[in-house]
Amino acid sequence: MRSDLTLIHRWVPEGARVLDLGCGNGELLAALYRDKQVTGYGLEIDHEGINACLARGVNVIEQDLDQGLNNVPDDAFDLVIMTQALQVLRRPDLMLEEMLRVARECIITFPNFAWWRHRLHLGLRGRMPVSNALPHHWYDTPNIHLSTFRDFEQLCSEQGHTITDRAVGNGDREYWRAQRWPNLFGQVAIFRIER
Amino acid sequence: MPDTSSASSVGLVTPDTAHFDTPLELACGRTLPSWELVYETYGELNAEHSNAVLVCHALSGHHHAAGYHHVDDRKPGWWDAHIGPGKAIDTRRFFVIVINNLGGCHGSTGPASVNPATGRLWGPEFPLMTVPDWVNSQAMLADRLGIERFAAVVGGSLGGMQVLQWALSYPDRIANAVVIAATPKLSAQNIAFNEVARQAIRSDPEFHDGWYAEHGVVPRHGLRLARMVGHITYLSEHAMGTKFGRDLRTDSPSFGYDVEFEVESYLRYQGDTFSTRFDANTYLLMTKALDYFDPAGAHGNDLVAAMAPVRCPFLVVSFTSDWRFAPARSWELVDALLHAGKAVSYVNIDSPHGHDAFLLPNPRYEAALGGFMQRVAHDAEVSSTASGDSR
Repeated sequence: MRSDLTLIHRWVPEGARVLDLGCGNGELLAALYRDKQVTGYGLEIDHEGINACLARGVNVIEQDLDQGLNNVPDDAFDLVIMTQALQVLRRPDLMLEEMLRVARECIITFPNFAWWRHRLHLGLRGRMPVSNALPHHWYDTPNIHLSTFRDFEQLCSEQGHTITDRAVGNGDREYWRAQRWPNLFGQVAIFRIER
Repeated sequence: MPDTSSASSVGLVTPDTAHFDTPLELACGRTLPSWELVYETYGELNAEHSNAVLVCHALSGHHHAAGYHHVDDRKPGWWDAHIGPGKAIDTRRFFVIVINNLGGCHGSTGPASVNPATGRLWGPEFPLMTVPDWVNSQAMLADRLGIERFAAVVGGSLGGMQVLQWALSYPDRIANAVVIAATPKLSAQNIAFNEVARQAIRSDPEFHDGWYAEHGVVPRHGLRLARMVGHITYLSEHAMGTKFGRDLRTDSPSFGYDVEFEVESYLRYQGDTFSTRFDANTYLLMTKALDYFDPAGAHGNDLVAAMAPVRCPFLVVSFTSDWRFAPARSWELVDALLHAGKAVSYVNIDSPHGHDAFLLPNPRYEAALGGFMQRVAHDAEVSSTASGDSR
């Protein structure tokens, strides 16, 4: 499992009602169903991802996150998870509010644009960064709202949410430095937030 | 001549008939004292009886969903694209049952059967059937076949409504529900189209208040119009446009009322063939069953409350260009299941073919349905192994 998913798996409480936004192939939800007896759904628009979910018995609903979560009632879930999808949304700020409307708590992961290699790419080479976490070119990237640890913390504070946990998803790479200076050495940002 | 021995076909099939002397109590308050169901099966029922799949048919469908009756049949059954070895509903793993619904005109007891009380054909006196009535009769056949619980119940359009009813009426007897191109209830517009179809039949002078058989005639004209109206709602505007456009059958307009546009010719052909193979009283009855279906009705129109009995996972499928039961109608069901905290998956398949898309091949449709059904088959096989171990 991807390193950010392994960490999230640890954070999810037993038996929680979970909504996974942009659930991909359903790997995380399938593991949570199995190991933590959670219930819940994934939302996805990618056809391959949806088919993979159906084949492994993950409840998946074909829904475009840019259309919002109007169909989900307030507090319908205990936890909303969104991994590596915030940066592709048209309005990440509105989505964050929606997520904390349908659940008290959410877990969000996204690529940290301020990671030192990204900075080097842009600062020294003068080119838009390309990395494992951001594999696309500037012209074909779905990532239209890139941000950093600090940017996201500021958005949470403006919206009045509480950050209850923060972690870096780097795998083993630069682990200790990333713990100390996440905005410089963290490749993937992982946040746990409450309203 | 079709290739009846093709590896992906169930090949030649023969329908079976089950006779019941147990009275069937109906929603309309009447009772069918004795009745028959005609059905087909494909594949093998496993020793634990855990791999049975019930496929429910739509308005003009019947029990012949896959394979061929004769080597010289021109076409296979109506859902042959999706039922067979290696297909989405894989007959190498499932035992598939398809039943002609009561009130139908393909062998099960219906208006063209003899009413034992009068010795006359039932005709217009055949009781109006509802979706719950059908589901009850299907459950009695399942009992007869030794099937306690279906691995899945699957259906499109009116068939999808039966699937939903199964999950509500018999939550312990259905392990998975697949509802395709359906709706939790008809809209006023849907009912309006049905009423035009019914009036077309009922106003045909040959209809004789439904006793046309006794007069030795068929209200062919009315049936033809009914089918033409229905057919318009099965296709999308786009599909009609690409199939026929404004093409004329002649070089120039004739300034008369004979068939000129290709689409007119097509509709007349559809109406003509239908009027020779379908019973008018059955058509009336089936459209009424559609109109009456409304599981939320008994719950103050609260569909979420109506979903309370559901215990099995649902797969809901809609098609982008379907305007008869548009994707928004599937969403109503998905939302209700989601709000009720029930397991549900939903896919909206891109197709230009309108409502008819549920009958047709489509790679994404097959992949989604096939993937879901493989998981169903896996679960059925696991449960059969588990029950085998416990013996």
